[in-house]
Amino acid sequence: MKLRHLVWRELSVRRGQFITGLIAVLLGVAAVVAIHTVSIHSEKAVERELAALGANILILPKAVGAQNYYSADLNEKVMPEDYVARIAMSGLQGVQNLSPKLSLPADIAGTKFTVTGILPKSEFQAKAAWGGLAIFSKRKGCVAVNLPGEVAAEGKARGLARTRVIQDLALDEALLGADVAQGLAVTANGQIELRGRSFRVVGVLPTTGTIDDTRIFVHLHTVQEMAGAGAVINAIEVVGCCKDGATSLVDELNALLPEAKVVTIGQVIATQVSTNKLMSRLTWTFLAIIVVVGGAGIANAMYANVAERRREIATLMALGASRWQVSWIFLLKALIIGLAGGFGGYIVGTMAAILVGPQIAGMTVLPIAWLIPAAAFGTTVISLLAAWPPARRAGGIDPTLVFQEA
Amino acid sequence: MGFALTDVHKNYRRRGSSVAALDGVSLSIAAGEFVAVVGPSGCGKSTLLQIVGGLLAPSSGSVSFRGDDLYARRSADDRAAVRRANMGFVFQTFNLVPYLSAMENVQLPMAITGLTEAVQSERASALLTRMGLGDRLDHRPGELSIGQQQRVALARTLANEPTVILADEPTGNLDPETGSAILDMLASIHSEGRTVVMVTHDPQAARRAKRTLRLDRGRIMSDERVG
Ligand SMILES: Nc1ncnc2c1ncn2[C@@H]1O[C@H](COP(=O)(O)OP(=O)(O)OP(=O)(O)O)[C@@H](O)[C@H]1O
Ligand SMILES: [Mg+2]
Repeated sequence: MKLRHLVWRELSVRRGQFITGLIAVLLGVAAVVAIHTVSIHSEKAVERELAALGANILILPKAVGAQNYYSADLNEKVMPEDYVARIAMSGLQGVQNLSPKLSLPADIAGTKFTVTGILPKSEFQAKAAWGGLAIFSKRKGCVAVNLPGEVAAEGKARGLARTRVIQDLALDEALLGADVAQGLAVTANGQIELRGRSFRVVGVLPTTGTIDDTRIFVHLHTVQEMAGAGAVINAIEVVGCCKDGATSLVDELNALLPEAKVVTIGQVIATQVSTNKLMSRLTWTFLAIIVVVGGAGIANAMYANVAERRREIATLMALGASRWQVSWIFLLKALIIGLAGGFGGYIVGTMAAILVGPQIAGMTVLPIAWLIPAAAFGTTVISLLAAWPPARRAGGIDPTLVFQEA
Repeated sequence: MGFALTDVHKNYRRRGSSVAALDGVSLSIAAGEFVAVVGPSGCGKSTLLQIVGGLLAPSSGSVSFRGDDLYARRSADDRAAVRRANMGFVFQTFNLVPYLSAMENVQLPMAITGLTEAVQSERASALLTRMGLGDRLDHRPGELSIGQQQRVALARTLANEPTVILADEPTGNLDPETGSAILDMLASIHSEGRTVVMVTHDPQAARRAKRTLRLDRGRIMSDERVG
């Protein structure tokens, strides 16, 4: 038997005490890890969005609040597809591209995906040509956003990921987000079944780290048929020709579509940027609370533990234990709580972030490796520091006073 | 050489007033003696035992063990090391660790000393068997009778093979029959050549010793040897 055996046995005897204490520490660490993980991903997402901006204006049904650019179309509200035609026929200058969308939840082999209907560019051009109008004409004094064209099937997928616009898409063709393709083990030129229809996979999108990774893109009209809700859409992404906010275009779109809500991407991202700031501030606030409350909690529990074990401690001393050996018993206990709380908190917090991240922030959240040592080390240090004074007190107990108490 | 105490005083200062628990005690105890310390309640018996065991520093006077002063220029951890190597305590209330089995309680002093697992379990089971508890190795203190608990405590005291046993009212919580069995054990431990110092209220118990120190109000009133 080693002295550390004493620690294990005492932990297992006072299991309830240990587990409640551990859960408290673990949840605190989990909260910090979860918030930090989501906020790191959210910041990355904003950077990515700003770097590879496709559309810069969103048209949404009035009742929708735009929280996140990538998931703006994932709402139950719809508006008529007719709006697309209205814009196309309006002769509005400066609209470089339009991408109406309708999204539906879908289930393939038990996994949830989003089916997003998109309208290929060829159809507006046809429509515009039919109407004899100069859609997508340049606005005076405006520098065009450079949109690379797509040719091959792979280029199609890449182009969609980058510009969010596609040239051609047949009614039975599908493009898969990276996660979808991996989840279903399908590659380009494969075949998938969706709500009883079969689609030819014409491309797999590169990983974007956004909710687009879990989307299946098919033709808008196919999705409308599947939804059975008629010619409706959730959102229209508009590429205005100006890189800046395209404010005058927004005003004109607003005038054209008074029943809809027109927002610039800048507005959408502004919400996200401020959410990120809030989250990173929350991380620090939480960290401070955890350190203070958690540390005080551990110290308090240790003092109580030392008090209830006075007789045991005095006995160990009578048997010849040094003060350090006595203190060490309590420090080892703190070490166990710190390591278990740190690792457990990392796991729980990361899982929470992975589960909740896509819902609240609309993006795929991945575990952040460096948080493992940070959480384990940080929690252990706090736990040891908190346990230090009570451990010292244990080592300083006068056994003769304890024996006198009997 | 065993213990040598010279003019030992112990005063407790509590809330302004001072209590003289020991008031000029001088005595020596040779190695291999079996000494009973008797006297009325509060006369300083436990205080004397704790001072001898290196747990309590005297207010004045000197205490030496095997020729070395226990308190002058020595830290509490030094005295812990002396205890670990040479002394075993027996308490009236046994002080077994409630969540450890009989085996583990006996292994405890050896764990403190850092003996190997093999030596620990071999010695612990031999000692418990000697105490008649060979079939109770895995029982917790709460699952043992009072007399059995004191025998586990006695086995624990012997674990590090101490040369000195310091017992404070070892039979105080026991019925006469069980108490007498424990005294038999102490006598047999003494017969192995170990020094035994036993504080007791019980004249019957005191008679088992070869020497009786009588204390009153912190002073030695008599010091009798028999046989
Ligand atoms: N920690 C202490 N603080 C103050 N006074 C104490 C302390 N310990 C002992 N005393 C006092 O010292 C005196 C001797 O106490 P001690 O415990 O040595 O007596 P004892 O002979 O062992 O008594 P008993 O037979 O009742 O155990 C008593 O008057 C007691 O009140
Ligand atoms: Mg006493």
